[in-house]
Amino acid sequence: MSATTADRETETASIREALRTALREELLADDDVFIMGQDEEDGGSFEVTAGLHDEFGFDRVRNTPISEAAQVGAGVGAAATGMRPVVNLSFADFVGVCFDQVMNQAGKTRYMFGGASEVPLTIRAIEGAGLNAAAQHSGTVHTLVAHLPGVKAVAPGTPAAAKGLMKSAVRSDDPVVFFENKTIYERHGPVPVDDDFTVPIGEASVEQEGEDVTVVATQRLLGESLAAARDVDASVEVIDPRSLYPLDTDTLAASLRKTGRLVVADESPLSYGLHAEIVTRVVEDAFWSVDAPVQRVGVPDTPIPFSPSQEDEVVPDADDVRRAIERTF
Amino acid sequence: MAQTLDTPAARRDALRRMLLVREFENRVRDRFADNEIPGFVHLSQGQEAVAVGACTALTDDDYITSTHRAHGHSLAKGLEPDRLLAELYGKEAGYCGGRGGSMHVADLDNGMLGAQPIVGASVPLGTGAGITAQLTDADWVATVFCGDGSVAAGQVHEAINLAATWHLPVVFVVENNQYSEGMTFDEQHNVEDLAEMAAGYGIPGEIVDGQDVTAVYETVAAARERALAGDGPTFVEAKTYRYRGHFEGDEEPYRTREEVEEWEAERDPIDLYREELAAAGELTDDQFEAMRADVAETMDEAVEFARNADEPAPEDAYDDVFVEPAPEVEAFRERMRTDGGDGGDGR
Ligand SMILES: Cc1ncc(C[n+]2csc(CCOP(=O)(O)OP(=O)(O)O)c2C)c(N)n1
Repeated sequence: MSATTADRETETASIREALRTALREELLADDDVFIMGQDEEDGGSFEVTAGLHDEFGFDRVRNTPISEAAQVGAGVGAAATGMRPVVNLSFADFVGVCFDQVMNQAGKTRYMFGGASEVPLTIRAIEGAGLNAAAQHSGTVHTLVAHLPGVKAVAPGTPAAAKGLMKSAVRSDDPVVFFENKTIYERHGPVPVDDDFTVPIGEASVEQEGEDVTVVATQRLLGESLAAARDVDASVEVIDPRSLYPLDTDTLAASLRKTGRLVVADESPLSYGLHAEIVTRVVEDAFWSVDAPVQRVGVPDTPIPFSPSQEDEVVPDADDVRRAIERTF
Repeated sequence: MAQTLDTPAARRDALRRMLLVREFENRVRDRFADNEIPGFVHLSQGQEAVAVGACTALTDDDYITSTHRAHGHSLAKGLEPDRLLAELYGKEAGYCGGRGGSMHVADLDNGMLGAQPIVGASVPLGTGAGITAQLTDADWVATVFCGDGSVAAGQVHEAINLAATWHLPVVFVVENNQYSEGMTFDEQHNVEDLAEMAAGYGIPGEIVDGQDVTAVYETVAAARERALAGDGPTFVEAKTYRYRGHFEGDEEPYRTREEVEEWEAERDPIDLYREELAAAGELTDDQFEAMRADVAETMDEAVEFARNADEPAPEDAYDDVFVEPAPEVEAFRERMRTDGGDGGDGR
């Protein structure tokens, strides 16, 4: 467990509950926080915000028409004038519809205006394959966003990280895109109960210590990697980077110095993505500690297919991570 | 308090501000031609009555958002010509420290929330400011300036619909200067008047003569009152005309010189207002000439200021990406640039 959850009273909760609790606590703590998205009155996408509309009313938790560009753009405008909006994009694939507002307005406003305005905006984007939702509702696009200067990107793999990072995202004075993997909402784990608990953006978590090989794994593949680690005849260190940008290079490089072997497991397409970034970072920092070819586990560069048999084919799981670990020996 | 046009002094002041925009852009045109000003420049000459008329109806606390053609809106909202010009020169003393230039100016102290040259992008931002006003029971409104061309862009419709649905205190001012780059209005729209579109959002659509500063003022003032009363946004279409090309350097193959000269001779907003005030006995020729000399002097000083201002430090280019600098950017600044990387672990 990460240092930030140590010595805190915890309860067992799912990622969905952890996110809901984080949003609820932030709505209670700060009148400037409000949520907007489609179907928010009915619990939002995947029921993450269930009950919040009833508790806080339309002003604080509001339904929008289907207009992602206006949602994000209005989020930027509200943020720049003093609010802390949380905008839900439901499916992360829809970032395509409002990419201008993410890239050019959210990401560049502060910079191009010479620091004149702050954009404390949180965008929730729900990604990931596994529900046979086909190509336009199953993508993992965090690499696109993490690539954009001026936008922070986080993607928790545990309930504790989900709660702590959501609170940090809402409190951040910068735009943060919060990626939730839709297949792990029911993943349970210990979550600190106090409303002061946050996970700093930019801090990785060593989820399991090991000596022989480092597996850096995000979101759903964190669980798959922990499972794979039990199946191999080696001592595996498993790290959840949690924050994709900024990325905690120090923790990753320190682990590689210890183990000499590296697997990166992330559900985005393999080319030009998060895998490449993590590998580059640790190689820059710890090249002389690399003892074996580094391995990537991800989606071959295809959209996600509909047919269950094809979806299973392209989407990586614990077996893929296990094989990657074995290839490092 | 919003300004008014109720007294002769207030009317003369509005005329002065239109002259200031005109003269500011004359200087920008000349300094750009001499390669003193980098980048792209889009002038709004001919449209001064829209900017000044609308902003006269606003208070210091009201916000505006604007487009690539933002000098007039900025000056009308209260930005100072010297710091605005310094921004165009890319200087440290500019409103954005030289980071924005002509197309990306903001000054939150004056309620100028930002020029957004992505066509259409200024509109959702204004809607968002309207959400803030509504949620905080503020006594200010957001006014969006956008062009006729932008009304063909998707995010504009989304944002007006959202503001209409939520009764947000926003005034949408569409400056129909009849061209979008080199495309005529008819090539882009299948309606006679853009204000017709307001019906589709269920909000009032007003058409106003954009060469008549009084008419623009009165229309925007009424829309502002409506917004403050909780009755939601108004779509204002101001019919106007730009004298210069789309950008400085545009050869304008899409229209004739005669067309431009006719507008300049017969529909110039400054001439029209000057004549009106003179006819009412509120402005003598001497007063006008004094006003013109005063504006010229202000602009002489602004040009000197901008020219002589310091360049921003190159290494400051890494600031302001985030509120707290990202370790990635700091690492670049401090380490990778200097030692070129050694593969780590200090072999
Ligand atoms: C999304 C986008 N597409 C194209 C452009 C290029 N562009 C810059 S200004 C402009 C014309 C805009 O016309 P209008 O909205 O009528 O404003 P005007 O120039 O007449 O003031 C275009 C097409 C752009 N900046 N952004």
